[in-house]
Amino acid sequence: MITLIDYGVGNIFAFQNVFKRLDIPTKIAKTHEDLSDAQKLILPGVGAFDYAIAQLNNSGMRQKLDDLVLEKKIPIIGICVGMQMMGNRSDEGTSEGLKWIDADILKFDESLIQQRTKLPHMGWNDVVPVKNNPLFVGLDKEAIFYFLHSFYFKCNNPEDSIAVSDYGVPFTSAVNADNVYGIQFHPEKSHQYGEKLLHNFAKL
Amino acid sequence: MLRPRIIPSLLLHDKGLVKTVNFKAPKYVGDPINAVRIFNEKEVDELAFFDIDATVLNKEPDYVLIEKLANQSRMPLCYGGGVQTVEQAQKIFSLGIEKIALSSAVIKNPQLVTQIADRVGSQSVIVVLDIKKKLLGGYEIYTHNGKKSTGINPIKFAKELEQLGTGEIIINSIDHDGVMKGYDMNLIDKIAETISIPLTVLGGAGSLSDIEKVIERHGVIGVAAGSLFVFKGPYKAVLINYPTQIEKNKIFEINNCGNTE
Repeated sequence: MITLIDYGVGNIFAFQNVFKRLDIPTKIAKTHEDLSDAQKLILPGVGAFDYAIAQLNNSGMRQKLDDLVLEKKIPIIGICVGMQMMGNRSDEGTSEGLKWIDADILKFDESLIQQRTKLPHMGWNDVVPVKNNPLFVGLDKEAIFYFLHSFYFKCNNPEDSIAVSDYGVPFTSAVNADNVYGIQFHPEKSHQYGEKLLHNFAKL
Repeated sequence: MLRPRIIPSLLLHDKGLVKTVNFKAPKYVGDPINAVRIFNEKEVDELAFFDIDATVLNKEPDYVLIEKLANQSRMPLCYGGGVQTVEQAQKIFSLGIEKIALSSAVIKNPQLVTQIADRVGSQSVIVVLDIKKKLLGGYEIYTHNGKKSTGINPIKFAKELEQLGTGEIIINSIDHDGVMKGYDMNLIDKIAETISIPLTVLGGAGSLSDIEKVIERHGVIGVAAGSLFVFKGPYKAVLINYPTQIEKNKIFEINNCGNTE
């Protein structure tokens, strides 16, 4: 079973639909009680860093999540801003991150982006695995994913980076440290490739 | 490498999908939920829905329909139509839409862009400009399905929108809408030169080669079309269609966008 963390930010139903097609049961968690039987967690996210952090902190689930992730080592994957929240801090705001992975969220340097269109990084881009991680099993190099963001995840421990993409600079588009996973792109909106990746997460 | 986006643009009217010519004569082309299912199968880059009733009838967005569209969609969705407030935008996001397109509300109150961006992040705030050629040269923004002139110059306004934190601008040519004889390349040049945020162009595509012409000239850009993806043949029979990954890669390869090896 996959528990989807519903803190008022991001796309719960899109994930539910993907897992429905995969015949994997899901549960939506809105309170800390809902989290009590979690086996695998998804932390979605669309929007601004400070707003997302505030929403999570005010959801009543924050403490329980810290316990599940840091003590009980339940696998969790953060999506887009959900991934960025897992770091220490972001150029986008002033709030403290969850600090589940040692990383800082930086704004892309527009001067390094060659084309006329700079930010946000919007559209389909390559994701190149740099490690043999189970998340990318069965995804060939044709696999492309949908991105929509202006800030990127910079790991302070480079070995946490499991896939990179390029937008002016190479950046970490997927991360894994222990039981904590994050991906910058939107698998729930990336057709067959995203579905495959979420299936891989469910099989971990 | 980031690829250009090829985006079907669909108009909602009376809970059905329609296609217009020069923003007039809406022709029924099908059911929106069914269209999402077909475009899922075709692995579309992105899909845009515009409710052409909401603003003119001063209605709230149809949240029930939006939720159904978002639930069915396995690709990014943009919704536009009748969004006037931060609360409405927030509600639409919570239904699972990635991008919200604002139009007439921003013409009245450009600060709305900043207010919504603070909540949901700039990357999700889109502004659609409906643009008509002026009789004596130049361009002007219209609202209310092309019925209300605003006196606003779209090129200047696009720059202002960028500074206010807009994530993307969609320019929609009223003169080219539904005509299927190619995009207004002059208008596209003028706006593209002005802004560095993503630009999507709409209005006039009659063939894939019209799309290719835009990509050839502008590289990474959003190229949207209505008629092209819902009609087939000289008699405009309704048939949803979209280029395959191979056809798209061919266009991107020739024009050196995207790593398509």
